[in-house]
Amino acid sequence: MNHPLAPEQRQIAPRDMAWLVASLVLVIAPHATRAPWWLTLLTLCLYGWRLYFSLNRGPLPSRWLVLGVAAVAMLGVWIEFRTLFGRQSGILLLMLFSGLKLLEARSHRDAAITTFLGFFLVVTNFLYTQTMLTAALMAFAVFVLTATLVGLSAPQRPSRANVRTAALVVAHAAPAALALFLLFPRVPGPLWGLPQDAYAGMTGLSDTMSPGTLSSLALSDSIAFRAEFQGGDGSPPQLQRYWRGPVLWDFDGRTWSIGPAFLVEFVPPRGGRASYRYEVVLEPHNRHWLFALETAASVPAGARASFDRQLVATSPVRARMRYEVTSVVMPEPETAESAGVLRRALRLPAGSNPRASALAAEWRAAARNDAEVVSRAIAFLRQGGFEYTLEPPLLGQHTIDEFLFGTKAGFCEHFSSAFVFLMRAAGVPARVVTGYQGGDLNTFDSIITVRQSDAHAWAEVFLPGSGWVRVDPTAAAVPGRIEAGMARVVPQQNALPFMMRPELEWLRGVRDRWEAVAHKWNVWVLGYNPERQRDLMASIGVRDADWRTLTASLFAFLGAMTLVLLAWSLRRLARPDPVQKAWRAFCRKLAARGVERSPAEGPRDYTARAARALPAARRPILRIGALYITLRYGSRVHANGAAQLRRLVRELRLT
Amino acid sequence: MIERLLEYNPRLANWLYGFTPPERGPVDLVHRRVYIVPARLGWYFGGTLVVLLIGSINYALSLGFALTFLLAGLGLAGMVHTARNLARIQVSAGRAEPVFAGESAQFRLYLDGRAAFDRPSILARHLRSGSQLVVDVPAGGIAEIVLQAPAARRGWLPLGRVMLETRFPLGLFRAWSYLEPDARCLVYPRPERSPLPPYTGEAALGTLRAQTAGSDDFAGLRGYQRSDSPRHIAWKAVARSEDLLTKQFAGEAAAELWLDARLLPAGLGLEQQLSRLAGWVLAADRAGAHYGLRLAGVEIAPARGDAHRSACLQALALYS
Repeated sequence: MNHPLAPEQRQIAPRDMAWLVASLVLVIAPHATRAPWWLTLLTLCLYGWRLYFSLNRGPLPSRWLVLGVAAVAMLGVWIEFRTLFGRQSGILLLMLFSGLKLLEARSHRDAAITTFLGFFLVVTNFLYTQTMLTAALMAFAVFVLTATLVGLSAPQRPSRANVRTAALVVAHAAPAALALFLLFPRVPGPLWGLPQDAYAGMTGLSDTMSPGTLSSLALSDSIAFRAEFQGGDGSPPQLQRYWRGPVLWDFDGRTWSIGPAFLVEFVPPRGGRASYRYEVVLEPHNRHWLFALETAASVPAGARASFDRQLVATSPVRARMRYEVTSVVMPEPETAESAGVLRRALRLPAGSNPRASALAAEWRAAARNDAEVVSRAIAFLRQGGFEYTLEPPLLGQHTIDEFLFGTKAGFCEHFSSAFVFLMRAAGVPARVVTGYQGGDLNTFDSIITVRQSDAHAWAEVFLPGSGWVRVDPTAAAVPGRIEAGMARVVPQQNALPFMMRPELEWLRGVRDRWEAVAHKWNVWVLGYNPERQRDLMASIGVRDADWRTLTASLFAFLGAMTLVLLAWSLRRLARPDPVQKAWRAFCRKLAARGVERSPAEGPRDYTARAARALPAARRPILRIGALYITLRYGSRVHANGAAQLRRLVRELRLT
Repeated sequence: MIERLLEYNPRLANWLYGFTPPERGPVDLVHRRVYIVPARLGWYFGGTLVVLLIGSINYALSLGFALTFLLAGLGLAGMVHTARNLARIQVSAGRAEPVFAGESAQFRLYLDGRAAFDRPSILARHLRSGSQLVVDVPAGGIAEIVLQAPAARRGWLPLGRVMLETRFPLGLFRAWSYLEPDARCLVYPRPERSPLPPYTGEAALGTLRAQTAGSDDFAGLRGYQRSDSPRHIAWKAVARSEDLLTKQFAGEAAAELWLDARLLPAGLGLEQQLSRLAGWVLAADRAGAHYGLRLAGVEIAPARGDAHRSACLQALALYS
């Protein structure tokens, strides 16, 4: 049957089509920066095409043409990505389908479904970025999508009114949305396997290090993690900010790698000069390791310790992760180490870097103990005239020989790599430690922000009686690197990350402020997880809230919310007219005596009839009728007519 | 199935719909009478929410959760808003002008929004006839709707059940309400053309002469009386003077015409007789005749004018 409100029977008006297209453009705008240009252009053309049809009221293109465009575009995506089912290609296809769906949209139903598709596209944006800026843009897009839906249900109404309605509905939705966000029991994902490229594009340290690895990472301004220090001894000075990451053991002449590793029972270090308690918010890097100041004195929840004092998460860090950890500085040495580990710390590929090996053998012969070998190596690096640069010359086969005796210019991976090689060649057990060094202390919220540009590599040597001791060969060769940061040491003509340039001090102040806000955003919005949920419930007095408690409170809140909204919808009525109210009371009184007003009967006829029927009350009835007619239909304004009418009706006695 | 059940159990229907028909006076659509269920789009929307939620869990997207929950909140708020768009409307029935059987009765309903906000896109549907239209009730104003219902038989035609429905603002929910205002339309018998019966009474001869001369011959003007047909008002003359004047036609003054059921050919059924009589009433009125109506148990003295015509037709409509 024909139903004028059924969406499948309503044609899309040009205005509503324009709204729909505008909202979709907003939604795909961030995707346009990542999509191949031809796909963005094609999608926009499809939108424009549909809008053109709508404005000219022409017939829509045939289904075959639409299918043809779809096939060609899918082929294009396949050529670009070699798959249709990866994350990136899937999202791009979804974006394309929004255009195709629009092109065949005829009814309001199609239009509404396209807005739902728009909601999907909004979420796909969050797979790439969840910054406040993205959130703000997408919130606006969602609002426009909502206004589009409102427009579809009221096509005759002016857009302004529809926008107001949309704003009202969104405002009413907000409390329920907040409650759901805070109380909906969070299930840790993922529920099933994700596409292989799901975590592509996460940057961070890798499990190998070869010349050029760190120096290219150091060009990135993106954040590795943030650390907020609480209690204890405040925050550590710049010189002590060695954030330990993966330890590299195995060397093949060019590349250092982690090699086999095993987890051990964590034994906290004893003693120490200072201890720090802090909370780290780690950006996802799709690897297992966590970062902590040297030397970690506790293992965060959800992590284990490895035999070489790395902190390792039980699953790869694919979402922003928050953990608490404590560290101590200069603990008592652990002098025991297994023979197997020490043997591994001496292993070198046979026949590589002969000159460096010869130099190390020379030191070994001259030195009385291992510590002296170490000091000779440090002295060599300090006096060797080495240059610290982000753009080191390319190295050939014997990378260490070429660096030490040829180019003499490198980044921290060159220094640490060469140093550990020299140590091992001289018979001193040594290993490369990668991680981050330094970080900016934000003066607004006292949080240390560590960026990829702080990536660093240093060395550890095993000395009898002292255990594993940290040696930073970069600091030895280029003392300023650690004290003043990379920016002051790297020559000016080198390409520094933009924000690290010294002349941009004021800009860094702005950035610090912004990042303080962004940090709160990360912790409270993006990092909201089951733990925070429990904390929140505990703060309102509910201890050990499980999913049942959460669900119960959620439903209680939503129920209350709906009641409040219902009360509001009842309240917003115009007040009944007092004259009308009194008149109705009068009619009820008469009806109780058997004189009921018929719907078509005017007040004059009705009161006349009532007066005839109830002659005892003839005078007051006629008086009430006359007053009502004057008040209701007369042009003169009565000051207290309504009150008078009310009194007359109240005093009317019908016996 | 439910509809058939309700059809056979009017009391159940009355309980369910919250009123007992017919409803006298203005009908107030209190909240209790407004029903709401998700529309088909609402189910699609729900499906979208489920997929978004699963996606957000799977990819641990905090903002995905935020969007999903915002949309869920929109659904909730949309539900309340949809119910509000209909609730507390006051519906009053206007006068329905009498029609002849076979025509469409035009029922007028007035939707009083009684609110400071407007109520867009309200569908009113007459369930029996399927006649329907969509109106916007302005803020603080009244919308008029005219529902057409075919009038098949003479007599009183009750309006019957009317449904008001809305899906505003998001289209995710469908709220509706049934009402049955006490409105009725008088349906005259279907007029059937046939030659008028002969004039009777003392002036019969003159009437016949006048008839042959043509009853439309203008004879002069006289003062307006309330029973005169507006068609006979001399509008041009009104423009010149302040008083209403009625045109008088030759033969009108004395002719007296009795429309008597006994004059009809024998063997006609009651309805056919009434149809013939209705046709005579119209013809006599058009001719400007001074006519009376007589059938078993009913006699209306001869007169002329619209009020008289209506009285005659009403008597025929309600004759039993």
